[in-house]
Amino acid sequence: MGVVSTSHVLLGLLATGTMHGYDLKRAYDERLPQARPLAFGQVYATLNRLLRDGLVVPAGHERLAGPDRTAYALTDEGRAALDQWLGTVEPPMPHVNSALLAKVVVALLDADADRARTYLVAQRRAHTDRLRELTALKTAPEATVDDVVAADYAIAHLDADLRWLRTTLERVADWHREVHS
Amino acid sequence: MTQLQARALVKSYGPTPALRGLTLDVAEGEIVAVTGPSGCGKSTLLHCLAGILRPDAGEVIWRDHRIDTWSEAARSRLRRTDFGVLFQFGQLVAELTAAENVALPLLLAGTGRRAARTAALTWLDRFGVAELADVRPGEMSGGQQQRCATARALVTEPQVLFADEPTGALDTLAGEQVLTQLVRLARRQRTTVLMVTHEPRIAAYADREIVMRDGAIDHTGLGLDAPMAGGTR
Repeated sequence: MGVVSTSHVLLGLLATGTMHGYDLKRAYDERLPQARPLAFGQVYATLNRLLRDGLVVPAGHERLAGPDRTAYALTDEGRAALDQWLGTVEPPMPHVNSALLAKVVVALLDADADRARTYLVAQRRAHTDRLRELTALKTAPEATVDDVVAADYAIAHLDADLRWLRTTLERVADWHREVHS
Repeated sequence: MTQLQARALVKSYGPTPALRGLTLDVAEGEIVAVTGPSGCGKSTLLHCLAGILRPDAGEVIWRDHRIDTWSEAARSRLRRTDFGVLFQFGQLVAELTAAENVALPLLLAGTGRRAARTAALTWLDRFGVAELADVRPGEMSGGQQQRCATARALVTEPQVLFADEPTGALDTLAGEQVLTQLVRLARRQRTTVLMVTHEPRIAAYADREIVMRDGAIDHTGLGLDAPMAGGTR
């Protein structure tokens, strides 16, 4: 659940071969199609940092009609940094930090059941709509493995949210029955 | 165009009501998921629409024909020709091979043996199990059996496919593969699909989701048995 380490993803992409900044950006978008888009500026800033730390080296220039294009290659240190990152376990949900959770907790605190309910009905609809959208995306005949893997990830999380919403609603209803019986 | 309609359907099992006046319209080629908590009446609805069960009151209308008043034999014939039915456990005939199982509905409908086998092989191939044509269900995995059962449900190219928890007995990936293929083929042939499931992930394959609660459609979509804290339903 942590923030994606752009540097490590770029190192991983460079492990497949030398690339220009432009190619890296394209490869990133292709491999992580549903991720928050990566700006060109971010790619170049990250490359400069990797260069400074000796994790990548320039591997030749190419001067076409456009701007100067430097290709980059992974160094042994870069390879080691990548291996270390791949071998490190991500902390599983170190903070239970979700806008959805926060809103439900506040809605329940507020004890305005009708408003909480209106919100939950709308939220559930938004979740199921997105679930349907992602399912259509991954079942489309032209879907690539990367599309499917990314959609699977999002679907699993939306599904978990929906289950949790349901359990919470049932729990609150139970609790209310106990208190008022 | 509306193809299938439930009009104020009521059905009880002894004193227990399963459907309380449910009304639903399904368009031709539409894929509809029916969801809701267990015991909400979703399977009963599916069985009434497919003509397997007769409602106590209300009407089931298929292309302007009121089919709930038809005889058992007539409804059964409808299920062999225009309707396809798929259950959670494929219910393949254990003594028959995959190809024989898939050919069965065609043979029952009067298709010749050879043509039925050819069609069966085509449909097994569409579900990626052509190599199992001469294998009996006992020697197949659950996923393979369900692929064969899905092929069997579609081999007559029905107008409507009724599926009750079609992937309920399969692991995630196998279930998804069956469902993806089913939905692709249904869209290609404009087959209407009514699918009962309790999983939002499965319902997301449909064009529309109907949530049931207590024998009726729950328009909030929450499908809750109990009211929210302090709230009205």
